[in-house]
Amino acid sequence: MTKLNEWVFGLSVFFGIYMALVTKRIKHEIIDDNMFFIQILPLILVVLLGIYAVTTVLYRTLTFNECKDAAMELQKEILEARKDLASKGMKFT
Amino acid sequence: MGSEKYSILLPTYNERENLPIIVWLIVKYLEESKINFEIIIIDDGSPDNTQEVAKELIKIYGEDKILLRPRAAKLGLGTAYIHGLSHATGDFIIIMDADLSHHPKFIPQFIELQKKHNYDIVSGTRYKGDGGVYGWDFKRKLISRGANFLSQFLLRPKASDLTGSFRLYKKEVLSQLIKACESKGYVFQMEMIVRARAMNFTIGEVPISFVDRLYGQSKMGATEIIQFAKNLLYFFATI
Repeated sequence: MTKLNEWVFGLSVFFGIYMALVTKRIKHEIIDDNMFFIQILPLILVVLLGIYAVTTVLYRTLTFNECKDAAMELQKEILEARKDLASKGMKFT
Repeated sequence: MGSEKYSILLPTYNERENLPIIVWLIVKYLEESKINFEIIIIDDGSPDNTQEVAKELIKIYGEDKILLRPRAAKLGLGTAYIHGLSHATGDFIIIMDADLSHHPKFIPQFIELQKKHNYDIVSGTRYKGDGGVYGWDFKRKLISRGANFLSQFLLRPKASDLTGSFRLYKKEVLSQLIKACESKGYVFQMEMIVRARAMNFTIGEVPISFVDRLYGQSKMGATEIIQFAKNLLYFFATI
């Protein structure tokens, strides 16, 4: 099953149940009492997902490790490498 | 370490500045860890004479350690790996960039982790643990994190760094994966790891520090972003 199929399957199940509830094919006191909430549920989920995505991406961007030490170590090693290779007969142009 | 041999594939194009350094670093860190290895340089006819530099390195380190297997023209990354693979004598293949953004000091960690769990693939990751980057501004980091979040969300690949190209593969696994992959350029790395998940290969991860090109310019523009998005959706629908 491709990832697209998985998504289509999951969303179909969700909207199948959702439509059954909002078109009142399934009747229950609790459903009637919370009808407004059920109606706007997809919107709430989309908004929550959006907030989750934006905060996660921003948090990870701001906490992205800055490898300054690695860069400095590399710069030192580059000089070391050039010196050593030159002593072994390598010509740098 | 054991009797296993590791072949390091270095695709190059105009890397005469970086090639001697990367080779020197590989030799330094792998000999320190007593690892049996060979370096295969796949140069795509660089006009800057990268191959002359490679020949000098062969003189210094010997032709059993350094193998120059050039191609006539720039033919793409995927076919460079196939070409390199056909000349490799190792049991494991290590793929890395020759531009010094991938430090060979991590290779012994890759090997150790692979041995411990018998992983099919060990991938370097910039997004976990002590992993990170150097030389990226806020915008570049934001794009990278955004793209990573989106691909994790859609593809759930069991690997945190999809576009990275510092990896160790069992030889047979790499050859199977290359045959299954169709894309070109850096998206190729992403397809390899996503297909690896779909083909049930096991993947381990080692945090790496990625030092963006000290020399020259690295590419990340609108074209790359559009290409990434197109391929992400394509893999989402087909793998």
